[in-house]
Amino acid sequence: MFGLGILSGLLIVPLCGAAFILTLGEETEASKRNARWAALITTLATFLLSLVAWGRYDATTASFQLVETHAWLSETTRFKLGVDGFSMPLILLTTFLMPFCIGASWLSVNTRVKEYFVAFLVLETTMIGVFCALDLVLFYLFFEAGLIPMFLIIGIWGGKRRIYASFKFFLYTLLGSVLMLLAIMAMYWHAGTTDIPTLLHTRFPVEMQAWLWLAFFASFAVKMPMWPVHTWLPDAHVEAPTAGSVILAGILLKMGGYGFIRISLPMFPDASHAFAPMVFALSVVAIIFTSLIALMQTDIKKLIAYSSVAHMGFVTLGLFTMNEQGIQGALFLMISHGIVSGALFLCVGVVYDRMHTREIAAYGGLVKRMPLYAAAMMVFTMANVGLPGTSGFVGEFLAMMGAFRANPTVAFFSVFGIILSAGYALWLYARVVYGKLEKPNLQGILDLDLREKIIIAPLVALTIYYGVHPAPVLDTFAPSTEALMQSMRTALSNTQTAAATLPPASR
Amino acid sequence: MNAAQIVMPALGPALPELILSVGVLVLILYGAFRGERSAEGVNVGALILLVVALFAVMSQSGAKITTLNGSFIVDNFSKVMKALILLGSAASILLSRDYFQRERIDRFEFPILLVLCTIGMMVMASANDLISLYLGLELQSLAAYVIAAFHRDNLKSTEAGLKYFVLGALSSGMLLYGASLVYGFTGTVSFPGIVAALDGTAGFGIVLGIVFVAAGVSFKLAAVPFHMWTPDVYEGSPTPVTAFFASAPKMAAMAMTVRLFIGAFPDVTAVWQQIIVFVAIASMALGSFAAIGQRSIKRLMAYSSIGNVGYALVGLAAGSQAGVSGVVVYMIIYLAMTLGAFAVLLSLRRGGQMFETVDDLAGLSRTHPVLAFCLAAMMFSLAGIPPLAGFFAKYYVFLAAIQSGLVALAIIGVVTSVVGAFYYLRIVKVMYFDEPVAAYEPMAPGPRIVLGLASVVVVLFWIVPAPLVGAAGAAAKSLF
Repeated sequence: MFGLGILSGLLIVPLCGAAFILTLGEETEASKRNARWAALITTLATFLLSLVAWGRYDATTASFQLVETHAWLSETTRFKLGVDGFSMPLILLTTFLMPFCIGASWLSVNTRVKEYFVAFLVLETTMIGVFCALDLVLFYLFFEAGLIPMFLIIGIWGGKRRIYASFKFFLYTLLGSVLMLLAIMAMYWHAGTTDIPTLLHTRFPVEMQAWLWLAFFASFAVKMPMWPVHTWLPDAHVEAPTAGSVILAGILLKMGGYGFIRISLPMFPDASHAFAPMVFALSVVAIIFTSLIALMQTDIKKLIAYSSVAHMGFVTLGLFTMNEQGIQGALFLMISHGIVSGALFLCVGVVYDRMHTREIAAYGGLVKRMPLYAAAMMVFTMANVGLPGTSGFVGEFLAMMGAFRANPTVAFFSVFGIILSAGYALWLYARVVYGKLEKPNLQGILDLDLREKIIIAPLVALTIYYGVHPAPVLDTFAPSTEALMQSMRTALSNTQTAAATLPPASR
Repeated sequence: MNAAQIVMPALGPALPELILSVGVLVLILYGAFRGERSAEGVNVGALILLVVALFAVMSQSGAKITTLNGSFIVDNFSKVMKALILLGSAASILLSRDYFQRERIDRFEFPILLVLCTIGMMVMASANDLISLYLGLELQSLAAYVIAAFHRDNLKSTEAGLKYFVLGALSSGMLLYGASLVYGFTGTVSFPGIVAALDGTAGFGIVLGIVFVAAGVSFKLAAVPFHMWTPDVYEGSPTPVTAFFASAPKMAAMAMTVRLFIGAFPDVTAVWQQIIVFVAIASMALGSFAAIGQRSIKRLMAYSSIGNVGYALVGLAAGSQAGVSGVVVYMIIYLAMTLGAFAVLLSLRRGGQMFETVDDLAGLSRTHPVLAFCLAAMMFSLAGIPPLAGFFAKYYVFLAAIQSGLVALAIIGVVTSVVGAFYYLRIVKVMYFDEPVAAYEPMAPGPRIVLGLASVVVVLFWIVPAPLVGAAGAAAKSLF
């Protein structure tokens, strides 16, 4: 339609919804209701459209599909969109989670409703844009543009320290990203284009790769977030409204991992190989250190936030093992974590809406009054721990297996993360859900209502479904992973032969 | 006397300037005869003049033509920069009407001085030798000194005018001294003549001359270390005059600087590049750090303009065609952002009183959602956050810097832009996160038009960037 493809449609539909909501008048009960329904319908339509895209997508090849290009900055920097095995599942995850976010904010957001949903819909466009951009400048544009709506979401509808958290979130990620922008420019002058498919086949000199890799690393590590630049995440999570936390944990954290797999690994294979030990070290520290911190938390959201950092440690660990199991595991973990941590934040939102506190100590014995809630939370907690039969297990297991192949020592230490995660997650569950229902203000707490059931039930189903049948997701990743492995192997062996053929004197 | 020797120079290329010159004389006569009541008519007349001149500029082919013995040049670069200057001046008139009427200083001299200033600026953009450059500069500056003090019963405004005049005269002196050194060592004032005389080498005298000239233009650009006048003049001048200073004269000063360095000293890049690099770094750093503590929006915009000049100079420092193209893109977008921000600033009126501190914006998003949205877009754009236009402005100048190997400059630049983002975000925070006070009076039509157009450029630039980027590319190409 109008020369635009389905991916453009995915970008435009949320913006149209946002524009429509903007035209609604003064903030009255009627306009609030209209804004909510408009946002829900828009996100559902986007999800359906992404399913249509999925239907047209051929999961058996590694090439970019649904590609469309439009004139943009210049002949060499074009508005190019496309998907492959790495990006398609993440786009589906994004469009899938959005309706839940809208649903979770149905009643809890009651001021400036219009602006709230506009911010969310704009955010959706930028997130989809990141995953389908096939031009580095366009990628950067969407990567950064998401900061604006998220800044407003945290700052306007957040908790007590929302202003501090929003500034920290914004400036931290911006500082990481500007170096990436310079690296993109350097790549442009070297390769003459910012077209991602072309750059995937461009060999950068080894020395240049190191600098480029570090610049991209600065951005992705902050976004991921990796230890020690993770400190913005707990603040942002705690202060953000529920739906904001879901998006942060579910999608925004995946952008870092996606950046590694889309840019760092394939474009700078030598540098990735050289820096892998550093990434392993940081990942292992993240897994153990942040798990220990999570044990000490008294705030439910903060605990889940630290557990996210630990899980992202598994993702970076898996990605940089540079073998099929590790990468497949890391990618699967990204999807699984998107569902599970999003669901956990939704669960926190359920009790927060009732009690308006996130202190673990304020709860206890919820199972007596809220059996359904307890059951749902049990599933997500187990998935977070990585219990076999839940989606969390598959990813972590594969990532560990890859790590064992690449470096048994690293694998040995990262196992502690799994043990610790069982510690903090189960302990959290025990303190909140089990025990005696002693607190007087909890006596009247109600179980999930219909809206909450509708929101949580699909997530429970999906968590278990992907736990027992991970093949659909893994099969989608597989061709792209294989292609990536192939190109990296060729690149690395080329470098080695080049180094071997050099005369010893000149080395 | 032999009549055949009197040859009229070809005046066609200077048609827009001539239109303005003749038109402004008519306006002066009209104003002088009608007296104080003529303000309305003179304003409308000046606006029409500027628009006609804009059409005259746009109808030029863009081919390189010199006239008046080679001292006046017209090309794509001058075309784009003159269009920006005229737009800036026209917008300033639109912004000023309502303000001056309310402040009861609605005199017919303002539009006349503004048009005279515009003629000076257009000569600056077309100057192809040191003398026409100086002529344009002085015409622009003298008119600017007067309008800085236009609120003549106001202590701050007269102080601003006096400060601007004393420091401006000093800088003109420095520029003239540098120009005379260049003339002394090359024997010519024309830019192509200087290129030929230097032949790729620069002796000590020339270096000294370039340093003085650079100091002079830095003052006009308000670049560090010659920026000290900026915050005071911006704060003291009537707000529409501040809007004017922040927009059109910046375009002219940048056009003059680029043409001077690229046109007259293209083969001795190494000499002036280090000066520009230093000035750019110092401006970016000072613009970012000094703005953090400011409470007054006008002072904040002053520091912001210092920082922005620093970023634009990054493109000039690259010394390449890509760099000049980046400078032009930067100036186009900077014009839109500045005018948009000032349009909002001029509308903050409650009970006949203007408000000028950042805290007065509290809760603007609740009381005036559209206004707040536009100002937020300007602020995010000034901070360089995509997809707003400000990002592309920075993108192109840093792209050129990287191409020329100025990696350290680029890294310092992007880091200071993050620091700068802090104070732009603070304005957004005040508007969106803080509790509202009382509502402001509705916006006057003039600022409304300016704000609307500026917002369209800033918010939608990323969808169709090609026309503006293409124009900038063509402008840069004509200098090389």
